[in-house]
Amino acid sequence: MGAPRNMFAVATAAILVAMVLALIRAFAGPSLYDRVLAGNSFGTKTVLLLGAMGFLMGRPDFLDIALLYALINFAATIAILHFFSYKKATMGELAETAAPTAATLGSPATLGSPATAPVSAPAPGPSGEDGGAT
Amino acid sequence: MNWALILDVLSWIFILVGGGGVVVGALGLVRFPDFYTRLHAAGVTDTAGAELIIIGLIFQSPHWLVTVKLLLIGAFLGLTSPVATHAVAHAAWMVGFRPLTGEDLTYDTDGE
Repeated sequence: MGAPRNMFAVATAAILVAMVLALIRAFAGPSLYDRVLAGNSFGTKTVLLLGAMGFLMGRPDFLDIALLYALINFAATIAILHFFSYKKATMGELAETAAPTAATLGSPATLGSPATAPVSAPAPGPSGEDGGAT
Repeated sequence: MNWALILDVLSWIFILVGGGGVVVGALGLVRFPDFYTRLHAAGVTDTAGAELIIIGLIFQSPHWLVTVKLLLIGAFLGLTSPVATHAVAHAAWMVGFRPLTGEDLTYDTDGE
């Protein structure tokens, strides 16, 4: 059967390809949440890469770093989402039409540019709820 | 039959399936048309592919402590990856993102 170390090289190559694809989405993502999702996926793949490369180099001590990185990655994702939950007014980039974002910057109650998203039903804004229900 | 050969074959199977799942999920993360479809691709394949790769690494662990560390990483990733995916989806939904619906995959502007 195959050489005993080749499987770790295969796993490392697959994880590196997936990390490059996740980086493409993180840079090209049209919205903030695409970037957060790609960053979280990149962190998960980093944990796997640390484990696989630790086995590839014959030093599985890297698993301590991988375990710590898994903890930090989860906490960082939740922290980034909580941080940007105060920034709803600038999230008018639902569709490709980013025109009415300048109008919605002044009033944070009208979430997400009612021209593009009229069905923003669970919007937590206290007023301006019936913006796009027509 | 050699015991190490069985472990090598099991490790190859798990690592190939897991690595293929991770790469396919990253392709879906790049290619899918909508935020929620990208969320589905990334969330499901990250959880499944990570668990499969870690199981494949467990079969090659040289020491019991390495096995315990891999089991800890697998348990933690299996717990936190769906939670993080759900948190991203919940935040996007609360801001006002809506999935593409219908045959032609447009935003649901009619309310219907």
